[in-house]
Amino acid sequence: MTIMQKFLGAAATMALSAGAALADPAIIFDLGGKFDKSFNEAAYNGATRWAEETGGKFAEVELQSDAQREQALRRFAEAGSNPIVMAGFAFGNALGEVAGDYPDTSFVIIDMVVDAPNVRSVVFNEHEGSYLVGYMAAQTSKTNTVGFIGGMDIPLIRKFACGYAQGAKAANPDTKVLSNMTGTTGAAWNDPVKGGELTRAQISQGADVVYAAAGGTGLGVLQTAADEGILSIGVDSNQNYLHPGKVLTSMLKRVDNAVYNAMKDGPGLETGFNVMGLANEGVGYSLDENNADLISDDLKATVDAVAAKIISGDITVHDYMSDESCPSLTF
Amino acid sequence: MEQLPKWADLIVVPLVGLILAFSLSMLMVFATGHDPMDALSLMVKGALGSTYGWGYTLYYATNFIFTGLAVAVAFHASLFNIGGEGQAAIGGLGVALVCLFIPWPHWTIALVAATAAAGLFGALWALIPAYLQAKRGSHIVITTIMFNFIAASLLNYVLVNKLRPKGSMDPATAKFPEPAHLPSLGDMLNAVGIPFAKGTPANVTLVVALVACIFVYYLIWRTRLGYQLRAFGKSQPAAVYAGINPVKITIITMMISGALAGLMAINNVMGEAERLILGSVEGAGFIGIAVALMGRSHPLGILFAALLFGALYQGGAELGLWTSIPRELVIVIQALVILFTGALDNMVRSMVAKVLVRPKRAEA
Repeated sequence: MTIMQKFLGAAATMALSAGAALADPAIIFDLGGKFDKSFNEAAYNGATRWAEETGGKFAEVELQSDAQREQALRRFAEAGSNPIVMAGFAFGNALGEVAGDYPDTSFVIIDMVVDAPNVRSVVFNEHEGSYLVGYMAAQTSKTNTVGFIGGMDIPLIRKFACGYAQGAKAANPDTKVLSNMTGTTGAAWNDPVKGGELTRAQISQGADVVYAAAGGTGLGVLQTAADEGILSIGVDSNQNYLHPGKVLTSMLKRVDNAVYNAMKDGPGLETGFNVMGLANEGVGYSLDENNADLISDDLKATVDAVAAKIISGDITVHDYMSDESCPSLTF
Repeated sequence: MEQLPKWADLIVVPLVGLILAFSLSMLMVFATGHDPMDALSLMVKGALGSTYGWGYTLYYATNFIFTGLAVAVAFHASLFNIGGEGQAAIGGLGVALVCLFIPWPHWTIALVAATAAAGLFGALWALIPAYLQAKRGSHIVITTIMFNFIAASLLNYVLVNKLRPKGSMDPATAKFPEPAHLPSLGDMLNAVGIPFAKGTPANVTLVVALVACIFVYYLIWRTRLGYQLRAFGKSQPAAVYAGINPVKITIITMMISGALAGLMAINNVMGEAERLILGSVEGAGFIGIAVALMGRSHPLGILFAALLFGALYQGGAELGLWTSIPRELVIVIQALVILFTGALDNMVRSMVAKVLVRPKRAEA
């Protein structure tokens, strides 16, 4: 009997605390977990930055199984969380099913487009940022050979590779661009050993700058590049500090900004198609004390001029995902 | 060891194991700075306290019934089928092919066809390890484990290169057409006037799972094949002496086992996701081993063990949603239950035996 009473008491407390969570934002992390040092973690950082600045609270969950995508969306929506942010293209299907059932809840999906009146779809112009770092790689390379190492072979990562190759060719038409993908499953995001092997293979083919767009696998790429004395380029977050003086730059993809903006805009956020590009600082390259010596003032001036031309539309960078083909690179 | 009365073996031993597992789990929850009673009530209420909770609990349980039965059938013939994971994955491929490429007029026909395809694909995937065991003596544990990896790689290839719609980033097939969608348990019960939460993944496959339980019961204890299978499991030389063909019985048993594991795909692939995704089995093949051990390889026991594990999965999901208890701790709780009810079964049994059997002797 006493146990039963404790159960009921606990249940009542639970109901109360659930009530208090009304209209707080919620964020759902994909199966990789929130501390993946990459995409999910960037989303988590954006959410914590919002919480620290505003003193607000947010609900969060790390998924364990695919069936939980729809479950988490529905449960948060029913508990009154608003907006609900999800990090990753894999939510596209589940959100398409759920969004219509909760017209008063705003949803934000990153890296995927879901066409519904209460959904904000945030996509990044990764090809523009990659173009810039490709340009810098080709300008820096002494062997006229630069490398790209992708994680999972999906159109999104080919978009990175394609932008990179275009930038490299634009800087120097004779540049040879090597490209390798780590794998075809989710495991390819977290295989630093294979990342290191691919780096060595590209070095043996002459590459002296490699760009990793591969999540956790990229850590192995950066490590091997530093060990072998060539330069590397990080991705998503600023990874320059990992090997000071040995990482040329990092292609920034501000997932944290996307999450932060969504939470700051709150329940009535503007929905629709939201493109984060060079113009609104959604992508870019990183410059800090760790790579200051690697990037000459000349190079910086040239790259910033190129960036300005992309923003003004004088240079169009081809988006691989628009037609699944790339003019500068074959896969 | 002392012989326990049957009721103690079937009810007391698993229950004591469960209580031990939960006590230890609650200590862990307490050690990480959360309220264990809160966590426990949230898990129980989340899994069993509403039709919504049941909708998920029964969905997971349906998966575990199939994989549990698969392990149990093989176990009766002393074959340890660790390949449920791969057989269910390949069963999913069968379901996907049938649902994607044949236009079905109605879900009932699609269900029959998908069931046949799932069973057939699962059985064929078990056939090769079975043949290697029967003819070549390659140990079934090793070969079935290796076939899990081969299945994963095969699915990977097929999904990424063949079945993925153009431009899609998910390694998954397109959505199955509307007539191949199975009615959910909510839709079915609401239609006959019983209120049940909509939007939960439990579906008509639960009925198929219950039929499979009855089928396995009759197969094992009421047919000639079942008798041969159990005789073969008790003693191979005796079975061979009695005229039972070891090659035939090994292959048939493993194919039935593989078919049962494959059937799981109609629940998760056709009933829930309505498309085939990479890694759709999500460890259910391995949970089936724990379910079969806990259920003493009896369909009724498996039914209850599957329900328990289903409730654990759903309760764990609720913990993840409403508390800051990390996902890893939820997995620890699930693992402790497996440890105590499966692996440490004998420890619990000897404890129970000490309490139950000795006093009786003293009386006599």
